[in-house]
Formats: sequence, structure tokens, C-alpha cells
Amino acid sequence: MIPRPGAAALWPGAAALLALALLIGGALGGLLAAAADTGTSLTRNSDYVLAVLRFTVLQAALSALLSVGLAIPAARALARRGRFPGRGLLLRLLGLPMVVPTIVGVLGIVAIYGRSGLLNDAFAALGLPVRLDIYGLSGILIAHVFFNMPFATRLLLQGWAGIPGESWRLASQLGMSSGQMFRLIEAPMLRQVAPGVAGLVFLLCFTSFSVVLVLGGGPPNATLEVAIYQALRFDFDIPRVIALAALQVAVCAVLFAVAARLTRPIPVEMALGRVVGRHDLGSTLGRVGDAAAIGLAAAILLLPLAAVAVDGLSGPLSTALTDPALWRAAQRSLAVGLTAGGLALALGWGLVQSSRTLRVRFYRRRIADRLEMAGSLVLILPPFVVGAGLFVLLRPVADVFAIGLVLVVLVNALMGLPFVLRILGPAATEAEERHWRLCDSLGIGGWDRFRLVDWPLLRRPAGLALAICSALAFGDLGVIALFGTPQSETLPLLLYRQMGSYRTEAAAVTALVLLGLCLAMFAAIERGIGGRGSD
Amino acid sequence: MIELRDAVYRYDHAEMRFELSVAAGAFVAVIGPSGAGKTTLLNLIAGFERPESGKILLDGREATALAPAARPVTTLFQEHNLFAHLTAAQNVGLGLHPGLRLSPAQHAEVAAALAIVGLAGLGGRLPRQLSGGERQRVALARSVVRDRKVLLLDEPFAALDPALREEMVALVDRLRRERGLTVLLVTHLLDEVGDFADRAIFVCDGRILADGVPADLLNRPTVPELKAYLGRRAAGVD
Repeated sequence: MIPRPGAAALWPGAAALLALALLIGGALGGLLAAAADTGTSLTRNSDYVLAVLRFTVLQAALSALLSVGLAIPAARALARRGRFPGRGLLLRLLGLPMVVPTIVGVLGIVAIYGRSGLLNDAFAALGLPVRLDIYGLSGILIAHVFFNMPFATRLLLQGWAGIPGESWRLASQLGMSSGQMFRLIEAPMLRQVAPGVAGLVFLLCFTSFSVVLVLGGGPPNATLEVAIYQALRFDFDIPRVIALAALQVAVCAVLFAVAARLTRPIPVEMALGRVVGRHDLGSTLGRVGDAAAIGLAAAILLLPLAAVAVDGLSGPLSTALTDPALWRAAQRSLAVGLTAGGLALALGWGLVQSSRTLRVRFYRRRIADRLEMAGSLVLILPPFVVGAGLFVLLRPVADVFAIGLVLVVLVNALMGLPFVLRILGPAATEAEERHWRLCDSLGIGGWDRFRLVDWPLLRRPAGLALAICSALAFGDLGVIALFGTPQSETLPLLLYRQMGSYRTEAAAVTALVLLGLCLAMFAAIERGIGGRGSD
Repeated sequence: MIELRDAVYRYDHAEMRFELSVAAGAFVAVIGPSGAGKTTLLNLIAGFERPESGKILLDGREATALAPAARPVTTLFQEHNLFAHLTAAQNVGLGLHPGLRLSPAQHAEVAAALAIVGLAGLGGRLPRQLSGGERQRVALARSVVRDRKVLLLDEPFAALDPALREEMVALVDRLRRERGLTVLLVTHLLDEVGDFADRAIFVCDGRILADGVPADLLNRPTVPELKAYLGRRAAGVD
């Protein structure tokens, strides 16, 4: 029997799945084996674990509430005001926090909201007795709002863009006021869209690490992720790690299922330029309100980034920039970012290749869904668990000084996979739906199929996915904080150590270099791979 | 030229069963309600779907397990016949080499094929720079260079104006006569192709329920399903 055409496309997915199974299975196996060697009692830790869980949920819930609460007026104002100078730029900038390295954002937030930051200086100059303390819950919330409010705003704007133009025309024909429009048109849309956005922000904050590590201000304020880190770093207490990780996976799995139900799929690459013709934009009150909402969102987003730029440029540039440690760290980070991004793209491409074939040609929608789900479920695994498991596994065979970098690459490749699937999946499936019959009838397969059909159609989403994954790995301070040595120091780790030892001026320059290189790499990959305006 | 011997295809719970024999050089119009199996019939002949049982013979040879590219068949779909990022000439050239490695002689062949369908000199255009009718002409030009004996058309002209539609069907008929093609054309507008088609088949519920000269099917529908499908068009004739 001659195999059906297209069956060859099942091999890449099988290979990617095998690689996933080996990596994750190996990590979990290594961890369980290490646990069997040690063995401590868990019960006396249960109070501690409960306290950690309570704090993790509390800060995530507050972060989600605050982020979405601030995003709603900002998104509404941006949707209402279709044209004002800088609108397009602001919309692009709202995408920044996704790729800004967490540790850089945190440094910028300390510069604005910290003990001797801009805000406290302003309070003092005005003679106000208020002093903002950034370390603790308030700092964590501020940072989470900085990272998630812009992202939430973009997602909510999608909701506004989805309101049909006829609704606005009808509203003006019926003579609705702004309040009536909100109640009758915008609020129903928000009821559909906002819970999913809030759920997503909750999930992201639930697994937050760097922000809480730096701004948590001590043992009582720890997320599960930070507690796992501490259990590994200070005690190498594997049973506790497993208990904490199991808890995190369980909670995340539930959240994941709930969020999947609440959210309708929102494309990552989005068109936000659509302008609606509303008739209620003339009032002074509305203008002031919209300007305030947009101004506040812009300030929350831009002030910390501006602080990073200003402090970096006014620092001891010449001495800091000639420090060879900085450039060695930069080289390592670039290598880590590109390797992890490339690996994530390769794994994701393989999975997508097979899932779309199953979905479109063989009508096996459920198997295709499961295959993509397998790649996305990595999201609920704590990176430290994978990192620690692989550490236990690789320790006997690998160079201990270089192992940190290998772990960062592998863990970040896994963590980037859901992004690749989300960005590449829909485009690849559409290309298959449109062209598989034509390709089959003309005998376009294998390399020709890739070169002539898939690459031209998918280079844009592939470039975006690679750029995001590389930027995330480039700026990652997670696994490297645990296994990094001076021989494997990346830029984020260097910055973290400089901040920890109060070398503020050197840290400012490092942060600027980290931010600049990260954004440059992102832009270079997105343009270089994606091409300009090709269709 | 085309023979389906009790070809059975199942999808979900629907079962389709086709028995059909088409002589070389015929122009057959395929009519029937949406979802009745017209496209499946064409997909079975083209090899995009495989029958569960039964046989498909093309040009007198067993073709049931043959890959689509190995069959003497070219298909024109309703849309997406062209790759939007490749030029008209490149889209035609894919019919000569699936990797687009063409010799100078083949480049000339592509240009000649474009001229045959009335698109001389437009080879450098991208599909979006062409009108709907011109895009389907490019697809026809590719069928010319592929030189396969069977041409299957799955409503490729449905989105065009009536006058343009007739022009395109006339072009297909000219190609059929000049190149000795066997043509199957899916359409909802039997009266429009009646001048060209020498035979019409009516597909309903996965079966061929009526088969004959187009005028007979139109004016003297035998089965109730065909009457229902033709609607007032049939009632008025009665």
C-alpha cells in the first residue's frame, strides 16, 4: 500500500513530541530520583506552604484586578480617539513590556517609585509626609501593572475593534449618550472579553518570579515560584520542591482550563488601526477624561523605561562600557537567546507541521488539538522544576561551570514553545487549508513545498515567534539565577548581582545595554526573518 | 477516460457511492445541491480523497492508489488556485516543475500558455494585480502546460459576471477541443453551460441520480430530487 500523500508531514511532529517527552520526562525523572535519595518530612512545612500559596493568589488577584481596571479606561480612550499625534507609536510601545527584560523593568520601577525615586522626591519637594515603600506587596503590584496593563490594553482594544461599525451608526441614529453607549454596547463586549484577559494576567502573575524575588522584600512575600527557587538554592530540598511544584501545577492546570473556557482565541499579531465613527466625542468632559486615561497609561509604561535610559546614559558610561565582564555577559546572553529561540521555533514548527496536516488533510481535529496542547502545557510547569531536574540529570556528564547556560537554553526553549504555537499555528493551518490540494496535484512537496509555499507565507509569523522567544530567553533571570556561575554569567544575572551589591551606577549602564541589545535583537530578527511588508 | 466502479467514500456518517464512466473528450456538467457530493466526486477523481472500496480508472489504468500529482488530472478550484506571493508566470511554471527550476525552453512554454489564455505579457503580475477572471485564466494556463488529459473544474467561475462566465466556459471548451481534454465542470447554472456540455449528471445524497443530455435534465427531470433542485425552473417548464 502506498502511503497517503502528506503522511510524511507527521514525522516532524513525532520528533518534536519525542524531544519534549525526553526533556520533560528526563527532568521529572531526575527530580524524583533525587527525592528518593534524600527524603525529608513535608508535614512540618505545611503552614509555610499555605502562607506562600495565600500570598501567591492574593498578589496575582490584585495584580489582575489593577491591570485590567487601569486598562479598561485606557483602551476605551484609545478606541474613542482614532487620531491624535503619537497614537500609532503609543500602540506599538504598549507591546514593549512583553519583550523588556523583567529585571530591567524592575530597575526602572525602583528608579521611579523607590525609596529615593522620582515619586518620593516629588512628595518631599511638595512637603508631603508620604513615603512610598516599594519593597513588599505594593512594589510587586506596581511592577505587575507595569508589565501587564499595556498587554491587557492591547487585548481589550481588540474587543473594541470587534464591535461592528453598524453598532456605532445605530447608536448615533438613536441619539445615545456616551454613558448609554457604554452600558449598551461597550459593557456587554467587556463582559465577554475582560474575564479572559484578567485570567491571563492572573496566570502570568501567579507564576511571577523575578519581580517577586527582587521586590518581595523577604521570606513572607514569596510566590510558589520564588519558594521553589529558595528551596533549591538554600537547602536543595527536593521533596519540598516537588510538593511546591505539584501545588503550582495543580493550581495552574485548573486556571488554564478555566481561562481556556473564558478566552476566545485572540490573535497575537493584531490590527488596531481601525477608527470608529462615534458622535459622542465632542464634549469637554469626555476629552479631559480620555486624555487623563491615555496620559496615565503612558506614564505608567514610559516613566520606568525613560528612567532606565536616563540613568544609563548619565552613568559612568566609559568605565562601565569598557568592563570586559559586561561584554562577555552580553555575548553569552546573545548566544542563549538565539539558541533557545531557534530551538523553540524548530520544536514548534515540527509540531505545527504535523498538527495542521492531521487537522486539514486527515480530519483528525482532536488529535491535532492534543498535539498542540502538549506543547502549550509546558506553560504550567515551573521552569525551576525542569531546570533542577535537568541539573540532576546532567550533573554527572556536564561541565558544572557551563551547565547553567545549557539549562537556560533548554528551559527557555520549552517556555517559548507556547508562543510559537500560538503565533505560527493559525497561519500554518490556513496555508495548509488553502494550498494542500494544489500542492498535491502539482507534486510540490518536501523542500520545494518549504521553499516556494510555506516559507514565503510563514516567514512573518515565524520571524515574530523567533524574535519573541529569543528576547524572552535573552532577558531571562530565572534558571540562571540558580545555576549561574561567574563563568556562565548572562547580562540579567550580572545586573541582578550589581543591584544586589548596590553598584547602582554600573547597574544603570548594564540595564541600558541589556535593554538596548534586547530590543535591537528583537527588531533585527523580526525584520530579517519576517521581511518588510511581504504578504 | 474516467471510470468510477462502485467507489465508496465515508465521512462522519455520510456515505457516498459513485458509479460513473466518462468517454474521452466529453464535456460533462455536474449539478446538484450544496453538500451533495459534487466536490467529493471531483476529489476522488483527483486523488485528494481515497475511496474506501471500489476502483477508479483513469485513461484505462487503475488509479485508485495513485498520488494526485501522478494522475492525468488537473483541477481548478473555486479559489486559491494561485499562490498569492508568486507571479502569474511562476504560478504557471509550477505546472512544469514543482520546484520552479525551468529551462529557457520551459520559460517560453509558460509565455506561450499565457498567450493561449489571453494573458500575453502579463506573466510578471502578482495575483492581486489581476482581476478574478484573469486569475482563473492563469490557472487554466497552468493546466495547459501540465498537459493532463482530464480537467476538473469545481465552480471556478461562480464569482464572475455572467458575460465573463460564459467567456471562460467558452475558453475551457476551446481548450478541450484543441487539446483533446475530458472536462468535468461543477456548476449551479446548467442553462449557461448547456451550449457547451454534451452531458450532465445530477449528484444528490452521494449518488448520481440522473444522467443525460443537459436539455433533457433541465426540461424533463425524471427524479423528484432533481425537480426539487431545479425549483421553479423545472415547474415553469412542466
